[in-house]
Amino acid sequence: MKISVIITLKKDVLDPQGQVIQKTLNGMGFSSVDAVRQGKFFDININETDKRKAYVKTEEICKKLLANLVIENYKIIDNFNNS
Amino acid sequence: MNSSVIIFPGSNCDRDMDVALKKFGFNNQMIWHNDVDLPKSDLVVLPGGFSYGDYLRCGSIAAKSKIIESVINFINSGGLVLGICNGFQILIETGSLPGALLRNKYLEFICKNVFVKINNQKNSYFKSIKKDILELHIAHNEGNYFCTQDEIKQIEDNNQIALCYSNEQGEIDEKYNPNGSLKNIAGIFNKKKNVLGMMPHPERMIDKYLSGDDGSIFFETLLNNIN
Repeated sequence: MKISVIITLKKDVLDPQGQVIQKTLNGMGFSSVDAVRQGKFFDININETDKRKAYVKTEEICKKLLANLVIENYKIIDNFNNS
Repeated sequence: MNSSVIIFPGSNCDRDMDVALKKFGFNNQMIWHNDVDLPKSDLVVLPGGFSYGDYLRCGSIAAKSKIIESVINFINSGGLVLGICNGFQILIETGSLPGALLRNKYLEFICKNVFVKINNQKNSYFKSIKKDILELHIAHNEGNYFCTQDEIKQIEDNNQIALCYSNEQGEIDEKYNPNGSLKNIAGIFNKKKNVLGMMPHPERMIDKYLSGDDGSIFFETLLNNIN
């Protein structure tokens, strides 16, 4: 089944790339954009049929490799219904 | 004195480090990341470079290499482990050092000489060093040291700040901070002070005619302290 993960920087961590994107958008005329935070997105195909097991395994993957929990949060996207 | 330099795919300062260690009297061996056992060593070095092309996060993939388990056992038994630049990033990703290294504040790859002030000399790396301000080279894109307020308090209470970016006189100020690092941190220790991670490259400053000589002071001191 397919599982997606989004990694974002924690609130207090500086994101200079996000800031540059925000300023560029302002310069392009999107003046109402007052903050952008850049993150990462992963599409994972996992060979499991049990949804609970797949979720638990994905969580372990996030903690052990995909996210650095000192600076990042992870969010596992629940798309179990359409897979 | 025996040292081991670990080579990861994408390491590029490994041979410079080998030359530097040998020049100052270490009997150095190069160790491939896929090996399981470390040879008997007094010092293990994780060199600079771009291990695994900096994929995912700098150092994150190298931190899962086969050899790392032996490196961590070596750390736990009190062995000296030095991480330079990407080696520092790898040590952070293994959890052997606190905090994280973020993208440089102004999004530039920085390649220049800087001055660093040695903050703590009560350890095997800097004990009896003859200068406490060194001119060293930095070359990195992700050297912006970050940790939480609680962590920095613990780091300061345990005297874990090793090096800070400064001017030639040793004055530590935001003006001399090249990459946005918290408190101008250029290098930190673990709690026991046997692990040192630093962004500057001492191995690039071992010849006064080529670049500078302050790296020589670093290696001479380290060798004397191990002896």
